Amino acid sequence: MKLLVTFSRKEGKKPIIAQVVRDTGVLVNVERALIDSSEGEALIDIPDESCRIVKDKLADLGASVRILEEEISLDENECVDCGACISICPQEVFSFDEEFRLRVDAKRCVLCGRCIEICPHRALSRRIES
Amino acid sequence: MKKTIHQVNERIREGNARVVTAEEMPALVAELGEEGALAEVDVVTTGTFGAMCSSGSFFNFGHADPPIRMERVWLNDVEAYAGLAAVDAYLGATQQSTTREENYGGAHVIEDFIAGKAVELRAISHGTDCYPRRTITTDLLIDNLNQAIMCNPRNGYQRYNAASNSTDRVLHTYMGMLLPGCGNVTYSGAGLLNPISNDPHFRVIGSGVPCLLGGAPGMVIGEGTQASPAAGFGTLMVTGNMKEMNTEYIRAATMTGYGVTLYVGLGIPIPVLDIETVRSTAVRDEDIWMDIIDYGVPSRDRPSLGKVNYAMLREGRLEINGEEVRTSSLSSFRRARRVASDLKKWIESGKMTVCLPTRRIDPARRAGPMRETAQGPRVIEIMDRRLITISEEEPIRDAAKKLLKGETNHLPVINGEGVLVGIVTTYDVSKAVVNPEKISHVRDIMRRKVITTTADEPVDIAVRKLEKHNISALPVVDKEYRVVGMLTAMDLGKLFGGRWLK
Repeated sequence: MKLLVTFSRKEGKKPIIAQVVRDTGVLVNVERALIDSSEGEALIDIPDESCRIVKDKLADLGASVRILEEEISLDENECVDCGACISICPQEVFSFDEEFRLRVDAKRCVLCGRCIEICPHRALSRRIES
Repeated sequence: MKKTIHQVNERIREGNARVVTAEEMPALVAELGEEGALAEVDVVTTGTFGAMCSSGSFFNFGHADPPIRMERVWLNDVEAYAGLAAVDAYLGATQQSTTREENYGGAHVIEDFIAGKAVELRAISHGTDCYPRRTITTDLLIDNLNQAIMCNPRNGYQRYNAASNSTDRVLHTYMGMLLPGCGNVTYSGAGLLNPISNDPHFRVIGSGVPCLLGGAPGMVIGEGTQASPAAGFGTLMVTGNMKEMNTEYIRAATMTGYGVTLYVGLGIPIPVLDIETVRSTAVRDEDIWMDIIDYGVPSRDRPSLGKVNYAMLREGRLEINGEEVRTSSLSSFRRARRVASDLKKWIESGKMTVCLPTRRIDPARRAGPMRETAQGPRVIEIMDRRLITISEEEPIRDAAKKLLKGETNHLPVINGEGVLVGIVTTYDVSKAVVNPEKISHVRDIMRRKVITTTADEPVDIAVRKLEKHNISALPVVDKEYRVVGMLTAMDLGKLFGGRWLK
């Protein structure tokens, strides 16, 4: 399960994620993070069963947590199966099947947005998970 | 054994022609032998579907009342060439909208027309006695046009060099997004299905032969622009009626950071009349080789990072310098297959027959570079030759003094041999004053990663570096990385009013 964590750094540089790992014992995977001098945002991946405990701990530490409900979505009317997205995706979400049809493994996606930006046919977008 | 074109057409008309796609042909030749395949196969169909920038269409809009001789024409705010009189215009696929830039262009207008959407025509004129009208604005559907004739000067590249990027930053090119450090390889073309790859010596592809263009029956006009078949890069000029096309095979696209382009489906049927054609249509992906070109080098003659063939590219992964790299196609092999199989159905059903060229394409042609009579400005002509530098052992205070005295904002940091090791700016010094902490020497505040230029680099390339990295100066270095000058945004002012601006 993917959680989007946002936190302020105004009161100093607290090692929030490290503390969550230490206190809960849950191994957190940081998929992407953007942290500057005043605030930070991290997308983390955790086992589904640990959701409650990790969410509560993050909230205690002053972070706001949102379960990520968006995923990458392919508009099959626009896609021509070129494959421009395949090699630029850091998560290897895209591949061809035996018929050279584009296959999307949305579960691997961390929503970095790179494919949305470069798709020549504007066939990729973020969509709320159904 | 030989066959004639009349025998093949006779069999097509009788519904008995044996038609195979270029993808099926290699296995068939391996099974039946060359003589056997010649006896068996009448036509091999080819196909490709990819970005073909050099495409566009002629339109005739019909005369308005009162009539206008259109001098400038816009279709959905995309300008078309109207120097044709009076209501004719040519719209190029890569022409971009004056209002929506790279998000909409000539290619999109072409796709919208084919999709049956209304397109707004705007035109202006200075008015004449015979054509008094000065402006017109009207909404048009493709059915309202007298003609909508696609005419593409350069389509169907025989093969196309693959692309990678050895620099440390992302490049946005017409070959798509190229990741730093040769992080990926992109390529284009349908390999063994490519029309010219199945007839590289232009024995049967030439002026007047039929093709599938954008899903409609079309025709090869002849040699394409920039054709270089002697080097393995043949191209074709093709035409077809846009009114019969469909959006399955004509798609507008945008290469982010580059611009608008048109994805075109093109297929050519190849009549199999002799052993040479059997051999050329038995071509496989592993037989078609090309270079991986380093787009990190901003000059015309970019270096090659290695040789690959379409079979290797289609694997999805290959090795560059011992590192595994993923590959991306920019053209669609799935749709190229569909073009070849549609064409196969057309010929099997007798919808299309074949013919030989009325005029042959010269297979010995080689494209040359541009003759340039005036060289653009080079860095050496405008760079600041004063050498105000500092070493990393000196105190920050000395850096501040040098910056003030030299009236500059950038200090290259050099070692004992004069070799560039870093750079310090007034910003870095100011920051050190605000946050003194424990830093006291140049080495504590200098940036070690320096973007540089060379004396013989064209100014345009240096300017691109300044823009890309959002900086205002570049140290000019020689081969040994010694500083020989500085190029600052101020120096660019020398271009204005000088001999470069006439």
